[in-house]
Amino acid sequence: MEVLTLLWDGILTAFEPQNLLLMFIGVTAGLFIGAMPGLGSVNGVAILLPATFLVPPTSALIFLAAIYYGAMYGGAISSVTLGIPGASTAVATTFDGRPLALKGRADRALVTAALASFIGGTVANLLFTGFAPPLASVALRFGPPETFALMLLAFSTFVGLGGDDVPKTIFSVAFGLLLATVGADPVEGTPRLMFFGLEAFRANINFLVLAIGVYGIGEMLWTINSTRNKVTMTEAKISAKGIVDSAKEASGAWRGTAIGSFLGFFVGILPAAGATPGSLMAYGITKMTSKKPEEFGKGSLDGVAAPEAANNSASTGSMLPMLTLGIPGSPTTAILLGGMVLWQLEPGPRMFSDRADIVWPLIGSFYVSNLIAVVVNLAFIPLFLWMLRMPFTILAPIIFVLSIVGGYAATEKIYDVWLIVIFGVLAFFMRKLDYPVAPMVLAIVLGPITEETFRQTLTRSRGDFGAFFESAIAAPIIIIALLLIFMPLIKSIWRKLRPRKAREGT
Amino acid sequence: MQLNRRNMLALTGATALTSVGGGLARAAAWEPNKPVEFIIMAGKGGGADKMARLMQSIVESKGMSPRPLVPQNKPGGTGAEALVHMNTVGDPDHAIMVTLNSFFTTPLRQPDLGVDIMGFAPVARMAEDTFLLWVHKDEGITTFEQYLEVAKSRGADWIMGGTGKASEDNIVTDFLNGEFGLDMTYVPYKGGGAVAKDLAGRQITSSVNNPSEALGFYESGDVIPIVAFTDERLPMFPDVPTLKEKGTDFVYYMQRAVVGAPGMSDDALAFYTDLFKQVFDSKEWQDYRSAKSLLGDFMAGDDLRAYWQAQRDRHESILKAAGQI
Repeated sequence: MEVLTLLWDGILTAFEPQNLLLMFIGVTAGLFIGAMPGLGSVNGVAILLPATFLVPPTSALIFLAAIYYGAMYGGAISSVTLGIPGASTAVATTFDGRPLALKGRADRALVTAALASFIGGTVANLLFTGFAPPLASVALRFGPPETFALMLLAFSTFVGLGGDDVPKTIFSVAFGLLLATVGADPVEGTPRLMFFGLEAFRANINFLVLAIGVYGIGEMLWTINSTRNKVTMTEAKISAKGIVDSAKEASGAWRGTAIGSFLGFFVGILPAAGATPGSLMAYGITKMTSKKPEEFGKGSLDGVAAPEAANNSASTGSMLPMLTLGIPGSPTTAILLGGMVLWQLEPGPRMFSDRADIVWPLIGSFYVSNLIAVVVNLAFIPLFLWMLRMPFTILAPIIFVLSIVGGYAATEKIYDVWLIVIFGVLAFFMRKLDYPVAPMVLAIVLGPITEETFRQTLTRSRGDFGAFFESAIAAPIIIIALLLIFMPLIKSIWRKLRPRKAREGT
Repeated sequence: MQLNRRNMLALTGATALTSVGGGLARAAAWEPNKPVEFIIMAGKGGGADKMARLMQSIVESKGMSPRPLVPQNKPGGTGAEALVHMNTVGDPDHAIMVTLNSFFTTPLRQPDLGVDIMGFAPVARMAEDTFLLWVHKDEGITTFEQYLEVAKSRGADWIMGGTGKASEDNIVTDFLNGEFGLDMTYVPYKGGGAVAKDLAGRQITSSVNNPSEALGFYESGDVIPIVAFTDERLPMFPDVPTLKEKGTDFVYYMQRAVVGAPGMSDDALAFYTDLFKQVFDSKEWQDYRSAKSLLGDFMAGDDLRAYWQAQRDRHESILKAAGQI
């Protein structure tokens, strides 16, 4: 196996003292960058980029990949402890990570997140090693109709099964889609839905602004309201034994981890998608196929494991389109692209054969970075838990401040701060009225991709909807998605019919 | 929270140190004092994107700027998302953008966006990019005559993918349709990288990608160039004829320019113009220019404004002729 020899050489390269040191620094820096709301891995990689020019290209790529890995692990930390997504990829982690922390089980959530991330990263690395070239051709077969079908499937997993009220979920999705259409039309550039002609609505609504508003402010308001300030955050037993116990419990979340690992990778290799949709879809599908869907959103370990496994897996996956198709799957990989262009590496289908000297050490370093990241992350968990020992009366104002600062840092526009507050209050009332908020967040992330691919498909077919069903990949996915969406309706009709049959029988 | 506080302290300390140091070294010259937003008005993996990321890497590797440039794609609405963002940015001294020709066309088509391009700061024109017509190798087309024949016979089923609506790729497509009696369907994408990928995956049947966008798939043999929309044959593709040679006098280039946000101070503008002149003169940039068949000289200040005015007028008449405005 030529690949294995190359990979082994790659891992050995990654183990050279200089590279090992770089990886360790990169992972640790990435962990903290990822954990800080509003700073995210894009800024982290951009800020640390200068350091990479002091070392040879291979080491530099390894360093950047290490930061990237660290940031993916770190994103979960503020999602769990503060309820503010540290990065867009960790939004789905707040869905269940935050409720777990409020129940005093933050240690379980953090350990589960770390282990799921590790497994997700490992699965992705194995898939990458074994099947990169054939998977690249799969990515090539995903054009507009296929991508649209996949997006539809993601929506349907949120609507279809699960414990939530279906009409309310559909309302939440629709409201998110509405927010996604505010601003310039993605194709024509025509301004749309500019409420009162306000400047703030000329630009599209930034997804992090909504996520921080809904989770940072909204959930906090709801917690204060529903607990009357009698929140027990966590006892924060900081011991090695505690981590081992948590790890045992985390193994119960194997389903979420498995789904996240494979789905995340697959979504990650599609250039249109990336790690954020990947983690949201993994959450949806895990919830849908779970035996206890009603636990999701209230503190399910599967609900933490799925998005965390998926975002790590997708991050590795998104390297594939960058190396082989020249299209980075995520903003962070895009920064890696800059370094590659500078070193005169031309991403493309021949990258694997022509530049094996760069590609395989990079992949080798993924394995090693992933291992270092999980160790570093587990080591820091007690420190992060320590934050939670603060009385809630102190923690809550800090979270408000971090939400506002983090939201402002993302766009540096003051009206986004107002939007965060408005979304926070809105989310509070949605929670009070039992509307699920996660589908709204999903919709604003996937809305733009859905709209673009929907319109591209119809432009291509000149308005013929049949185009969605002509593709051998898109058709079955769309049919499954439609079945899932109508499942609740079919079920309720079935339930109404059955008693009648039973009556007729007697 | 100890950690955060410590980080904050370290950060403030570092900022104070550098600003003191900078102040001593260069008393008057303006320099960015925080990371600079580097907006890309098209999608990841396209020509503008690759170029922006290369420029960022050059600036970083040579330590040309005391603060990093942080690239960010805002591809929505054929540049509308980016233009509106630049127009409303809080601190115009720390926001620059790499442009396409949608810089001219989108404000013309969407006056409601409230964008006046002449208000943007003319930092630097780094190059003019070139266009070629590409098809997938499995179409079996090798000459422009064959292309016309096949595209004509397939009518509206011949799909041309391109970056943006009524922007550069759309303009070239409209021209080919009008001049040669074709009925190609144009499908807009957010960036040339996605177009190149979908041509290689045969989701579309042809494209007018820039060389930098199609190069990976050209080298792997998936796509082949048919004709160039330049004055002369490109050194990289000596066997590819120009449309001019084929008897049709049509050439089309795209500006690859860096612009500053409206309201940028003169001092900041001077800093960025000087910065990008250094980038332009670097060996890495010159290598990239020749490797990706970029043409055009460096241009800044009033010259660049005059160029914009001329380009905008030209695009206004093109769009009017095509019925887009």
